[in-house]
Amino acid sequence: MDEINNLFQGFAVALSFQNLGFMLIGILLGVLIGVLPGLGGANGVAILLPLTFSMTPVSGIIMLSCIYWGALFGGAITSILFNIPGEPWSVATTFDGYPMAQKGRAAHALTTAFTSSFVGALFAILMVTFLAPLVAKFALKFGPPEFFAVQLLTFCSFVGMSKEPPIKTMLSMMLGFALASVGMDSVTGTLRMTYGQESLLQGFDFLIAVIGLFGLCEILLTMEEGLSFQGKHGRISLRDVLETWKELPKYWATSLRACLIGCWMGITPGGATPASFMSYGVAKRMSSTPDEFGTGKIEGVVAPETAAHAAGTSALLPMLTLGIPGSPTAAVLLGGLLIWGLQPGPLLFTEQKEFVWGLIASMYLGNIVGLIVVLTTVPWWAAILRIPFSIIAPVIVVICAVGAYTVHNHLLDIALMVIFGVLGYAMKKLKYPVAPLVLALVLGDMAESSFRQSMLLSDGKLSIFFNSGLSAGITILALTLLLLPIFNKIRQLFARR
Amino acid sequence: MKEESDHIQMRWMELVVAAFFAGIGLLVVIDSFRTGYQWSSDGPQPGYFPFYIGCTLIVGAIVVAVQTLLGWKKSENVEPFVTYSQLRLMMTILIPTSLFVLGVVLIGFYVSSVLFISTFMVWQGKYSPLKSALVGLCVSGALFLLFDVWFLLPLPKGPIETFFGY
Repeated sequence: MDEINNLFQGFAVALSFQNLGFMLIGILLGVLIGVLPGLGGANGVAILLPLTFSMTPVSGIIMLSCIYWGALFGGAITSILFNIPGEPWSVATTFDGYPMAQKGRAAHALTTAFTSSFVGALFAILMVTFLAPLVAKFALKFGPPEFFAVQLLTFCSFVGMSKEPPIKTMLSMMLGFALASVGMDSVTGTLRMTYGQESLLQGFDFLIAVIGLFGLCEILLTMEEGLSFQGKHGRISLRDVLETWKELPKYWATSLRACLIGCWMGITPGGATPASFMSYGVAKRMSSTPDEFGTGKIEGVVAPETAAHAAGTSALLPMLTLGIPGSPTAAVLLGGLLIWGLQPGPLLFTEQKEFVWGLIASMYLGNIVGLIVVLTTVPWWAAILRIPFSIIAPVIVVICAVGAYTVHNHLLDIALMVIFGVLGYAMKKLKYPVAPLVLALVLGDMAESSFRQSMLLSDGKLSIFFNSGLSAGITILALTLLLLPIFNKIRQLFARR
Repeated sequence: MKEESDHIQMRWMELVVAAFFAGIGLLVVIDSFRTGYQWSSDGPQPGYFPFYIGCTLIVGAIVVAVQTLLGWKKSENVEPFVTYSQLRLMMTILIPTSLFVLGVVLIGFYVSSVLFISTFMVWQGKYSPLKSALVGLCVSGALFLLFDVWFLLPLPKGPIETFFGY
């Protein structure tokens, strides 16, 4: 019961008037960062890091982590309202969140997203509170083969069940892989497919592709329909929030799975983005009505949002206990800790008790404050949908352009965004699914480099993936998930004869 | 027999997009020859995965093209991809967007976004020029405060901002 005692001391530290104020400011800034595409959580925290140098370490980390929670919450807002993911981890939220908004259920979708995020975060914090040392040891076991196995698993849990023609799904996925491999090869430093273009050195950032494929493409499609967003919804009230809450407990199983996936992906530095994709894929597979996914199903919002938040929160655990950041944002926070003269690692828990437990307590409080802030502002966000299209369309285009530009500060990226927009339009019309492209673009780079790092370790022998029990287990699970639909197809074929 | 039609048919777009995929595949394959596409003693060379990705792209694109050609007369292939009137509507945002992007390069981000937003509002929304200009200025100003001042992320600027000392 040491943890509970410590936790209460932590609450005593975090619950000062001043710290609550920092929490509120942090959440608001975070939501803003989350809403603006291109200004990611890691970016935002990095930019605002200097602000906190004058504070005490506890207040500083509270404010920074609240910015992070805010960004996690905020990413969902634009995904649901405009089909523009404000953050990488909210891409999977667009799949069902945006259709919900189109059907006039924007408030329900937003409430679901925020509540699920909260549940995911809470689950992860509870785990951080009680399992910290145990979990930290687990994370140490991860090397390149295990990383590759996890990435393979994310991939396999997502592919396989799309309604679109298989050949087009494959083409779309391959295009994603091809785009992912552009730029500096991370293992040997060879330049690939840059064709002498300096601005291609860093490769295609997937945010640019996503902003074009989702955001701009949506504007083009809406324009073609004739100048109006579909499913405008007049009034949004407390009733919508309560209605959604009444409905949500039905999805406890999806939610629990998403929590577990999220925590696991956060601790083994997989990050929030793969976690959200994997969770969406698993929810779809486990569902009794998988065909309804993508048409505005509440589960399709619950799964990715819960997992993204659980991953985002639990990513802080390996950072605190081992000094290994579980996500890019955690890496920036780690930088902050070092600047304040705090050395992360097992000793931090014994030497800086007040700091660690203050932070953990602030995770509880920050998420509660966050939930209240975003829920009370749901009507405002949803009201954006009522602005006439001839005003909002150019504004969205401008914001998309800002997002594309700020990723690498390249002008070429804005032009690329427009090209991706047109490509997305053609793909959508010809029934090429876009999700596999995005997934391949996100995971392709990571998966290839961990695969090749493993190969360097094993002198080119594939058997390395089966050497440790951990990677063998994950690899086998992944391959089973991949092959299952094919087996089912074959069985159906035989059954018909 | 030549028919006047009011739309672009699916089948033509299928071929165009397949050609696009094949083209990308070809670019990828050509480059992977340069970087090495074999499995060396320490695992795959940099071009190993791209080579097969490129090949799959080309083969897949050919399959789609052949499928389209075989079913050339099928109803789903003759269906409209987009009607010309829809295309015209779409162009009313795509062309200004492209001009806006060009404008960002030439005269900077803030000025071209003011022009883009207010022109589009007057043209498509039939708002008064004053109101439109005001909305454009507000959005642009808010972005300036957010990015250039607050987050210290400078967006591309042109001669007009330079004149004011930015």
